Amino acid sequence: MSVLTRKERPPGADVPDGPPAGAARRMRPWTPYAFLAPYLALFAVFMVLPIGFGFWTSLHEWDVNLPRKPFVGVENYTDLFDPGSVDGSRFWTAMRATGIFTVASVPLLIVLPLLTALLMNGRFRGRNVYRAVYFTPYVLGVAVVGFVWRFLLDGNIGLVNHYLGLDVQWTTDVPPAWVALVGVTVWWTLGLNSVIFLAGLQDIPRELHEAAMVDGASARHRFRAVTLPGLRPVMVFVVNSTILASANMFGQSYLITGGAPADQTKTAIYLIAETGLRQFDMGTASAMSFVLAAFLMAASALVFGAFRERDRT
Amino acid sequence: MTSPLSRRSFLGLTGAAGLTAALTACGGGTRIGADSPPAASAAPSFAGGEYTGPKVTLDYWNGFTGGDGPHMRAMLEAFNKEYSGRIEVRNVTRRWEDLYPAMPTAISAGKGPDVAVIHNDWIGTFAARRTLIPLDDVVGALRLGESDFIPAVWNAGVYDGRRYSVPLDVHSLGDYWNRAHLEKAGLKAAPADRAGYQDALAALKDAGIENPFWMPSKWPAHLMFMSLLWQFGGELYSEDGTRALWGSDRGAQALAWMVEQIDKGFSPAKVAQDSQYAAFKNDKVSFTWDGIWQINDLKANAPSLKWDLAPVPNIGGTAAVWASSHNFVLTAQAGKDPAKVQAAKFFIDHMSRRSTEWARAGMIPARNSVRRDPAVAGLPQIGLAADVNAFHFLPALPGVGDVQSKALELAVAKAVLKEASPADALKEGVATADKLLAENKRKYGG
Repeated sequence: MSVLTRKERPPGADVPDGPPAGAARRMRPWTPYAFLAPYLALFAVFMVLPIGFGFWTSLHEWDVNLPRKPFVGVENYTDLFDPGSVDGSRFWTAMRATGIFTVASVPLLIVLPLLTALLMNGRFRGRNVYRAVYFTPYVLGVAVVGFVWRFLLDGNIGLVNHYLGLDVQWTTDVPPAWVALVGVTVWWTLGLNSVIFLAGLQDIPRELHEAAMVDGASARHRFRAVTLPGLRPVMVFVVNSTILASANMFGQSYLITGGAPADQTKTAIYLIAETGLRQFDMGTASAMSFVLAAFLMAASALVFGAFRERDRT
Repeated sequence: MTSPLSRRSFLGLTGAAGLTAALTACGGGTRIGADSPPAASAAPSFAGGEYTGPKVTLDYWNGFTGGDGPHMRAMLEAFNKEYSGRIEVRNVTRRWEDLYPAMPTAISAGKGPDVAVIHNDWIGTFAARRTLIPLDDVVGALRLGESDFIPAVWNAGVYDGRRYSVPLDVHSLGDYWNRAHLEKAGLKAAPADRAGYQDALAALKDAGIENPFWMPSKWPAHLMFMSLLWQFGGELYSEDGTRALWGSDRGAQALAWMVEQIDKGFSPAKVAQDSQYAAFKNDKVSFTWDGIWQINDLKANAPSLKWDLAPVPNIGGTAAVWASSHNFVLTAQAGKDPAKVQAAKFFIDHMSRRSTEWARAGMIPARNSVRRDPAVAGLPQIGLAADVNAFHFLPALPGVGDVQSKALELAVAKAVLKEASPADALKEGVATADKLLAENKRKYGG
């Protein structure tokens, strides 16, 4: 970890003393912008423009196939906030479903992968096999996962009920449908967060653990005083990306429950896809996306706030 | 399984086509197609006879992914062989629920079909969107009229005074029954009335079939509900397409009968999508109502199952069953090229004459003359067409698919899943449907 300072450099190294004067002189005011330009161009073309276009769409009655796309102002948005409108009630049911799924899945997708990573971080025979076992489901596509679990979980002809001797309607009843969707998602994506946590754990200097041990800290103390603070930057990333991924859940409920019972497990992205791509109503779908995006940005801000490094005075 | 899944879902995914911005309340009172150029007004008219123009390639889209697919492909191969060097038909088969949303967009991009097969209830939506070109001259050249077809199918092809389709077939819901189960209960055939059906179910239960009749909450639950609604004397939508009528007492009776099957223990509760059909194939269910397109699937994929097909029983007092129809249409994309229009019309004419062959795909030919053909009359599905007046079709109101999926199907699912009583579920559904119908009226005009 230590970085060689100039004084420690071995005598043979031929490094000129003083700052590289020539480089500073050649620096033009636009140099940083020149370095930024390629990324800025990509960012503008693939992020700013589409977002702007999406917002423009959301202000229109935008039917993909019709030449006429009349401007309606914020009507698409006010419709969403009008509980009496068809779109409004559908949208908030979907937002509620998204919220339930996110709240139920995120804690599990943080705690279980962390525990898994702590176990994987130990030294034992066949460690790589176990790591692979946990990561394997993640390489499957959502179509495979959805299709397989839909039949395994079927309440009347599925293998899960058959072998466990249960009579639970995993795909057509709530809350069992939520248990199924969260369970499948955890099984499927646990590996990714575990691998990230594992990398984070391996980045914590051993010396810190050794120092804590010398000071007589128990394993639990070391976890709280060394491991968790050491994982903080990784944790911010994992929590944030897991919240976003859970809030964008679509494939599992599309394939496993089909939104059942009635529309109770139809998530926001599911509804947005249906509205925009099946009903061609891009204006409403875009407005829905922007409302969802606002919620997600607020959630991210809260996460960053919660993990902000406190001033050490 | 592709076929059953796709077929069963095609209505379920209704949202698909022209369904549109129907929901967005718009101040401008826009009407679909208001600014569209008149579709192919310059297209040459069709006088019948052989196609004589330059060589053209036609893109042909359809959703025949199941047991009917091989028959359609065989008919196409024969056509391409016969007219090679003059017309080449390129076949694109996609699942119905993927085909409908993709078609209008692809057509406006010039990458869609020149000629396609769509269900009758989509004709109004697509015609209102100017996705289709009228075919009055084709049926004129074929000398076809209402008396040649089941009237409801024939009339579904007319929108705004012009004909947009040539019907190929009719397909309806049927009552599939497990012969071994019924024999066990001492029955020789599926009963045809309400009391007989209930007695049979009780007898089957006594004979050890735990749940003889599974009640689905999704596809084809709404088709069962519509069939029952008509049987009890109800109607789906008002003539002018502004009001949903399926929330009536008759609708509640129909839906209550479906829920009753669960309460009496004939069906397990909360059956998941496609489970009832999978269970039928696996010899666990005695009766299941499903489309006749499953005939070929059962023949191919459940060879050891002993089953038979009967008309849907008359529960409500009037013989009625949900039906739909595959229809040839010509698209606005073909309209850009007069040679393609001629070739496509020739193709439609040719295919519509081949409906005897098409009947082997499990369908009921739409032409009366073909149904009476001895080569066809012996097929299992033809028995269902003994009384063509029993066939009821979804009206071809523009945007009706949207209303069905967002309101009617949801109401049926809520009641069958016991989330609401049949009357409450229907009341809520009708309120949604009426809002959507008003939106559609504004959007598509009328």
